[in-house]
Amino acid sequence: MTSPVTLGLIVPGLPQPLLCPEQNPGWQSVRDGFARARVAIESAAPDVLVVYSTMWPSILGHQVQALPTLEWVHVDELFHDLGSIRYRFEIDAALAGAVVDAGVARGLKVRATAYHGFPVDTGSVVALTLLNPDNARKAVILSSNVYSDRAETVVYGKALVDALAAQGKTAAAICVTTLSNRLHTRFIDPREDRVHSQKDDEWNRKLLEFLGEGRLEDTAQLSRTIHKQIRVRKVVNFKSLWWLSSVMGAHNRYTGEVYAYAPIYGTGAAVVALTRDVAGAGEREFDEADVEVYQGDRNVLAGPTTSPPRPGAAPTATTGSRETTAPAPVARVGAATVEQRRPEPAEAVRTSAAPRPVGPYPHARRVGELLFLSGIGPRQAGTDAIPGGPTRGLDGAPRDYDAGAQTEAVLENIRVILEAAGSSLDKIVDVQVFLIDMDRDFAAFNRAYTERMAGVGATRTTVAVRALPTPIAVEMKVIALP
Amino acid sequence: MTQGRIVAGALAPHPPHLIYAENPPQNEPRAECGWETLRWGYERLRRDLAALELDVIVVLSPHWQTYVGTHLLGVPAFKSLSVDPIFPHLFRYHYELTVDVELAEAVHDAGRAAGLEMKMMRNPDFRVDYGTIVSCHLVRPDWALPIVSISSNRASSYYNVDVMQEQAKALGRATAEAIRASGRRALLLSSCSLSHRHFVTESELPEDMSREHITHHGLYLWDMELLRMIRSGRTRELVDVMPEFIAQAIGETDSGALTWLLSALDYPEVPGEVYAYGTVIGTGNAVVGWLPEEARR
Repeated sequence: MTSPVTLGLIVPGLPQPLLCPEQNPGWQSVRDGFARARVAIESAAPDVLVVYSTMWPSILGHQVQALPTLEWVHVDELFHDLGSIRYRFEIDAALAGAVVDAGVARGLKVRATAYHGFPVDTGSVVALTLLNPDNARKAVILSSNVYSDRAETVVYGKALVDALAAQGKTAAAICVTTLSNRLHTRFIDPREDRVHSQKDDEWNRKLLEFLGEGRLEDTAQLSRTIHKQIRVRKVVNFKSLWWLSSVMGAHNRYTGEVYAYAPIYGTGAAVVALTRDVAGAGEREFDEADVEVYQGDRNVLAGPTTSPPRPGAAPTATTGSRETTAPAPVARVGAATVEQRRPEPAEAVRTSAAPRPVGPYPHARRVGELLFLSGIGPRQAGTDAIPGGPTRGLDGAPRDYDAGAQTEAVLENIRVILEAAGSSLDKIVDVQVFLIDMDRDFAAFNRAYTERMAGVGATRTTVAVRALPTPIAVEMKVIALP
Repeated sequence: MTQGRIVAGALAPHPPHLIYAENPPQNEPRAECGWETLRWGYERLRRDLAALELDVIVVLSPHWQTYVGTHLLGVPAFKSLSVDPIFPHLFRYHYELTVDVELAEAVHDAGRAAGLEMKMMRNPDFRVDYGTIVSCHLVRPDWALPIVSISSNRASSYYNVDVMQEQAKALGRATAEAIRASGRRALLLSSCSLSHRHFVTESELPEDMSREHITHHGLYLWDMELLRMIRSGRTRELVDVMPEFIAQAIGETDSGALTWLLSALDYPEVPGEVYAYGTVIGTGNAVVGWLPEEARR
């Protein structure tokens, strides 16, 4: 089942970005990150916002806010001097009830919490105030159980998916958590804020690199390590990414974008958005390549097809049987780097610098004195983002897009593949172009093509096709000299 | 000005269940009964305390958790609703209390002079934590005395129990020093349980006493070991074994509340009076008083 959670957000829960962003440029950048996340919510247009807050610990199972209106003046127990936060949140009580029912059906202890004056945690208050200030959408707030392990947290996430599906709703899932959570233990001048330690900062940046590549499940799998490395124990372990990955489908095929990263009182505070990539996740989990088309066994027993380098020789990289001094090309499955799964045909070329193929084929293949490229689109390596925008949204509805920008991206991908194979754009001899809408796109395509290819002199054929496998408007197939 | 003094100290755990079971007018939910051993122990403590002349209650609660420094309430009066985030079905308590801000500031200053990171809480919208409210209610339900409420710095989490211990000892000495200088006659409350392993589920009727017991026998043994030390006046030894107790019994004393109290009392060698021991949702709770001889009946 495709998850009804169309957007995932990771946001910090400390109050500085809300109450005093002007005191530190980093705090302001996080505030700006919240603003960008708000735009992402508008774009994704979910029916409801679901907040999972690590700052709301529960011990008797899980708690779900179910009072239709939450209203209070909140003061943080630590940063009370920054001021009060008056809030009024509209809660989707029906969905909250459905989450309780779905959780119980999955064997969890879940209860609705519907009491006026309940102390909503600072993290939930900050997140909903900044992301949903006008109550444009109703929200549900979930506690983070102190004792739950990964399995229970994953089941808790699946219960939310069940509830959303039962009610026919889509959601943006919002994890309220810092990355590293070590605060300064002395009061500081806000202008002198910094991440507590270099180690914390380096871990944070590595996590953001993963998340920026859309590797949500990989990052979730690191949760226990993250907790040991950069988290003070406090009460709740670092389990929020287990939940987020669970509700979004437990895979790595997302488009990740880091809107902000800055220290807040020593912690690593980041605003991150994750959307499903345009190719769709299918049923893949973890680092599985594809369960629709078998791509062969991992060829772990095969020996090298070339001689090992002699001592003192310059390092080389191998692609199939081809040697090149270019950066080592590796096969990419999803966004995870893995070894080749079986011997490719002689002269097959794959490169991590180009977008991942959507089927069992290499980027290019050399035969005799010619280099044949597979059909190449504009998707970006690693993220699968489409420059110029996709031709349709996740809901299948048509979107406005820029065919010129897509054309430029296609040619850039072709250049990368050619160079990985030891060739270049100016060695192209023939180009076949596929457009999904000749009337709309030809002029923009032709301008972009001319700019890049005018002096090459390659033959060209341009045809209109009904559709392409991913939501792109332009694809090209190239034959070049090696 | 007469020199102030700590008239008495008490280990005064804060399970909201005890107020729930008592059905005071301030609390919205209603119960049939429950946890009588502990509630009647508190009753005896209240009776003994009534013989003492007191000006202020000073309480350290694990449920005002501060990760930067130790904080003190610094607003003269609070009136609001306290809803327990874990047990909202049991505890929705309308409180109205006054604060001895002058003494709080004196503790703040003494703590800072001792090298501790201290902060006054001046925001009038602040909600007083339920640990403070429960312990103070159970000792003086009429709220006739002003309080000084001290937060629990989470040094146990950020560093380790040893750091917490040193900070709590220093804070205890600073508190005693501030009280002496203030001329106040103070009652000190350590608002914490002993072993603190909760059940992770709750019976359908919370006050169903057929379901109440210690989570694990090993925790009971640890609780009894601490109570033996208290009853025999071996409080310095108790503080020495505190790290092991916290590790083995998941002690809520990791908040520093009991170490702070015993330090402020200068490690009493007179036997502490154990008014009650009982469990609440699996945790071990003791009501203990260190009162002057003449107050104990």
